[in-house]
Amino acid sequence: MRTYRADLHIHSVLSPCADLEMSPRNIVALAKSKGLDIIAVTDHNSTLHGPVVRKLAEPHGIKVLFGSEVTTREEAHCLCLFETEVQRLAFQQFIEINLPDVYNDPDRFGYQVEVNEEDEIIQQVDKLLISALNAGINEVEATVHRLGGLFIPAHVDRPMFSLISQLGFIPPTLKFDALEIFRNTDPADFMQKNKYLQNPALIKNSDAHYPQQLGTVVTNYMIHEPTLDEMAKAFKQEGGRKVVL
Amino acid sequence: MTVDDVVKTLNLKVFCGEEGLSRQVENGYTSDLLSDVMGHADAGSIWITLQSHINIMAVASLKELAGIVLVKGNKPDEDTIRQSNIEGIPILGTDLEAFEISGRLYQLIRGA
Repeated sequence: MRTYRADLHIHSVLSPCADLEMSPRNIVALAKSKGLDIIAVTDHNSTLHGPVVRKLAEPHGIKVLFGSEVTTREEAHCLCLFETEVQRLAFQQFIEINLPDVYNDPDRFGYQVEVNEEDEIIQQVDKLLISALNAGINEVEATVHRLGGLFIPAHVDRPMFSLISQLGFIPPTLKFDALEIFRNTDPADFMQKNKYLQNPALIKNSDAHYPQQLGTVVTNYMIHEPTLDEMAKAFKQEGGRKVVL
Repeated sequence: MTVDDVVKTLNLKVFCGEEGLSRQVENGYTSDLLSDVMGHADAGSIWITLQSHINIMAVASLKELAGIVLVKGNKPDEDTIRQSNIEGIPILGTDLEAFEISGRLYQLIRGA
């Protein structure tokens, strides 16, 4: 067992609000320079950049999880993470079925571009990716778990677009694998304010929209190998595995 | 004025929590952020929202609200209905938008 440094919340150029410098190539170079072992590119309501980032990262020994930062119907942001291309495609289909017919205005919201490994633009995504899905948080959670993924509500204590801002408190019946707390939050302080939670796994990520943010906030995973399955076990503290903030 | 009076005057649908139709209505509050409602809604208010998650019942109960109106044809989730019946806090519905139904409720409560 060893410690793996992970930043599981990174936006690429596909997210309208992310910097155009956040190309797959740059993300991998930055992850390498920051000494990260595991990353996930989690664009708003899209998993499209997962495969290209994984391909570029592989030669550097950096593990890439597929995923997305989904906006649920309640407008709560949730990280949905996957291991395989089959899972990613199935989840991408779920997103596309539930993404409303609202179109992006690049002047207002920013560009939504998909690029290849050479940083060449393949397409501009037309539908606005920061819309809320026509799917409630319980449906998103059930879909992620049916596909074998990890469901992690994002920056839960932020004053906007978080589980707590939208739904008042963490729903006791919600089946999350871990909770992502905001980058500046003290975990002990968070638990003090949310005493109703039963020993949840807490993680932090950079939520990088700009190159200089990537890898500045990470979580360490004490696990056997850098897989989704091992991370799930770390959240449950199985066999000595653990998450260290 | 009771919740039932509001239902009849504004032609609202009653989804559940019928036991609470006799609750007194003192005020109204319109918001989709549950954290905001927890902080600012007054007891005895009718709460107008598009959120249908079960957490709305916890907030309504905590704040002793008179009832909840779901706007734009939204329907409560199944577990939300169960909780509404347990708490006896009615969930009502309208096809109108929050702006429209808030205006009509305001007229009814404050207009006289």
